[in-house]
Amino acid sequence: MPSRKEDDMNKLQKRILIFLVVLIVLTPIGIFLPMAFDAGDAWGEWSAETVEGLIGYVPEGLQKYSDTYQAPMADYSMNADDPSLGHQSGYYILSGLIGAALTLGVTWLLSKLIIRK
Amino acid sequence: MHIPDGYLGPETYIPLMGAFVAAAAVAVVKVKKEVAAKNIPYLGMAAAFSFIIMMFNLPIPGGTTGHAVGAAVIAILLGPWATVIAVSVALIIQALIFGDGGITAIGANCFNMAVFMPFVAYWIFKLFRMKSEKPGRVFFAAFMAGYISLLMAALITAVEFGIQPLIATTADGKALYCPYDLSIAIPAMAIEHLVLFGVAEGLVTAFVVRYFFNHDRENIYAIQKGGRHE
Repeated sequence: MPSRKEDDMNKLQKRILIFLVVLIVLTPIGIFLPMAFDAGDAWGEWSAETVEGLIGYVPEGLQKYSDTYQAPMADYSMNADDPSLGHQSGYYILSGLIGAALTLGVTWLLSKLIIRK
Repeated sequence: MHIPDGYLGPETYIPLMGAFVAAAAVAVVKVKKEVAAKNIPYLGMAAAFSFIIMMFNLPIPGGTTGHAVGAAVIAILLGPWATVIAVSVALIIQALIFGDGGITAIGANCFNMAVFMPFVAYWIFKLFRMKSEKPGRVFFAAFMAGYISLLMAALITAVEFGIQPLIATTADGKALYCPYDLSIAIPAMAIEHLVLFGVAEGLVTAFVVRYFFNHDRENIYAIQKGGRHE
């Protein structure tokens, strides 16, 4: 790529950003596909209740640690009890926007701090 | 592959946190040395890409779900050390804000997906590309890098899960943390990543690498054999 002014966003970077936004809008696929194919949790990421269903008890340590921390937007949702699939898709996209923007910003800042000499 | 709180005991998550912190410290030094300032925006976007791609949960019909991580493509484009920074940020934000992956398991998750995985991907890419500039070879090498690195990351995650029953049980023989041992964890994690999630990581890696190979070849870390200092 021809080197241009460093701070100006070049064409490639703009294209990547647009691609990322399109991906975020498509993230609800990550909710629909598992529903359509009747797939549950990821292996080893079950809740304490699910583990109890699987093996008949909740391991002591798992019980103790499993609620050490409550994330503000747990499960990429602002209201996990809302049964509406449409709403959950909206929460998911919003979570994607917030999470991706935060990740982009923090990484940018961090690498700026690391790389500047 | 995001280990939640309570699945690993402190005998496992503390050493893994140590290993991650050590790797991150080296990554800071390496990134300072080998990443050009003009690549800072790409690093940010790469981290965001990893965050987003992990939201695409794919189903094993009637079974579990999983997803690609994006660490392989970042390792090829920006180098494995830059990937350590980018994917760790994504994983830490997932844990802190979205509860995806435990707080106690941040070190383990970052070690598996942000340290181990990008290095495996980087070396597999080099191995299969064999310095070829043929688009087909680059595409194939990128696919293999994604496929094998996600599988390997899944396997060390399975080992971390599976050693829990060996390390700690209660007096009456019940599990304290992850209840499944290696004989269950390894096949479960291996099969789902062999048949589906690894393929997804491979395809994502291959297509994104192909795009950059066609548009911005001089800026691909793994093709410049280690960045501007080599």
